[in-house]
Amino acid sequence: MLGKSFWLPVATLWQRELVRFWREKARVLGFVGSPLIFWLVIGSGFGNLGFFFPGALTLTVMFSAVFSTMSLIEDRREGFLLSMLVSPAPRSSMVLGKTLGSATLAWIQGMIFLAFGPLAGVPLSFDVLWQSASVMFLIAMTFTLLGFALAWRMESSQGFHAIINLLLLPLWMVSGSLFSMAKAHGWIRVVMVLNPMTYALAALRRVLGTQVSAGTPELGVSLTVTTVCAVVFLTVSALVAGQKTARNFA
Amino acid sequence: MIVSVENLTHNYAARTALAGVSFAVKDREVFGLLGPNGSGKSTLFRILSTMMAPASGRVTVAGLDVGSRPAEVRRRIGVVFQSQSLDRKLTVEENLFGQGHLHSLSGVTLRERVDEVTARLGLEDRRDEIVEKLSGGLKRRVEIAKALLHKPEVLLMDEPSTGLDPGARRELWQYIEDLRANQGVTVLLTTHILDEADRCDRLLLLHQGRIVAEGAPAELKSRIGGDVVVLEVADLDGMQRQLAERFHTEPRVVDGALRVEIANGHRFITEAVEAFPGAISSVALHKPTLEDVFLDETGVAIC
Repeated sequence: MLGKSFWLPVATLWQRELVRFWREKARVLGFVGSPLIFWLVIGSGFGNLGFFFPGALTLTVMFSAVFSTMSLIEDRREGFLLSMLVSPAPRSSMVLGKTLGSATLAWIQGMIFLAFGPLAGVPLSFDVLWQSASVMFLIAMTFTLLGFALAWRMESSQGFHAIINLLLLPLWMVSGSLFSMAKAHGWIRVVMVLNPMTYALAALRRVLGTQVSAGTPELGVSLTVTTVCAVVFLTVSALVAGQKTARNFA
Repeated sequence: MIVSVENLTHNYAARTALAGVSFAVKDREVFGLLGPNGSGKSTLFRILSTMMAPASGRVTVAGLDVGSRPAEVRRRIGVVFQSQSLDRKLTVEENLFGQGHLHSLSGVTLRERVDEVTARLGLEDRRDEIVEKLSGGLKRRVEIAKALLHKPEVLLMDEPSTGLDPGARRELWQYIEDLRANQGVTVLLTTHILDEADRCDRLLLLHQGRIVAEGAPAELKSRIGGDVVVLEVADLDGMQRQLAERFHTEPRVVDGALRVEIANGHRFITEAVEAFPGAISSVALHKPTLEDVFLDETGVAIC
């Protein structure tokens, strides 16, 4: 099944995301710039750049991952999606090609952000680099797949923005990015334990080795939970994309 | 029969879009679906292009059922949408290579195909241009090049002339005719533009989801005997009755004027003007058009 007719569309859609992104360089600045300012302000305010670094890095990767999938909404509006849908390429290859492309973009932006690590006391040794690069790719893929599942049925980017602000930003705040689980009280602590983003961030915090406080989930647990989330979002994406939705073309 | 539609019915929530439509398209034909908005031609296009599965009835392209074997049908059709379907941030060439990859073409084969379609559509010196900087006519040509890349047997086009200036329209039709003559491609298009419909080999006239007429444009027009005369008169009803009695015709009221189909129109005009001095304020005569055919069958205008 997975022959040339599957991988060639995957490769071409992946490449397309990268080429398009490269031609709109302002987007790179936007996605890396705002978490960077965020980090410098909050981190300096609390006098602890090191603690806030993994959170800001997760924010960069997560936001660029989710926002990259907005290109799906553009593809629909611009009509490009139609020509994909009437091509013989399998739907699964379209999902994989587009999400791999978006995830790669998010990952690249994470890597750029990572270069500021020494400012936060993160030593960029070989081990730290490859481990955090891998974890960031996992996070990028997970949130791209979530974004894809959300964006498939969206007609406008406004609705998409609303979901991000209402869902992702609050979840990020209670993921251990701003305060550690040890310091959380009552129901917030419960939310943190149930929040999948807690584990994505914990994985990154552990491989970066920055101020891993008590209560931070273990690396093994964190990677497992994040991977399970990725698989769930992948399944949902494949399901929504596989549906015959005449509505979209009416 | 390269395309065959049998008893196709399709309903949206409350509205019937197609009610038992049957027709067939022959190999290498330029076949037009003509009708106003809401006639069902867009629904028909969506079904033929595998965007939507037929609710009931049977639709085949090259002998393959579009409902049950869409992937195989997609290898045999090229689709040109009314709206754009190009990636406007990429160059012409990048769009074409990407499309080739979606059709599992690669390497030398793909390069040769890209060379051929760009040459055929006169796009050789535009290959490196970003699509969003091209004119409407050029974009449409890239769309066609893209649709032809995998050598489809049938080219489906939705309102191909819409949004094009007259020059670009003329060019577009040169390409369509060249395709049919030299490539053996069957072209099936939807349109509501009469000039465009006139250029088709055969036409299907659709109205409210039903076929109202089918045939070659000349043949359809010849069904209306002789000439069409349009008279502007003050007293529509009275004149309609008097003309009917005197000339044994059936004048219709269309857009506030009387429309008469009659042989030897010039003689009719002289006699009518002399018989009712002062009652007729303006007279026009023309050979029957497809608009007349449509009016004749449905009582309403296409546009």
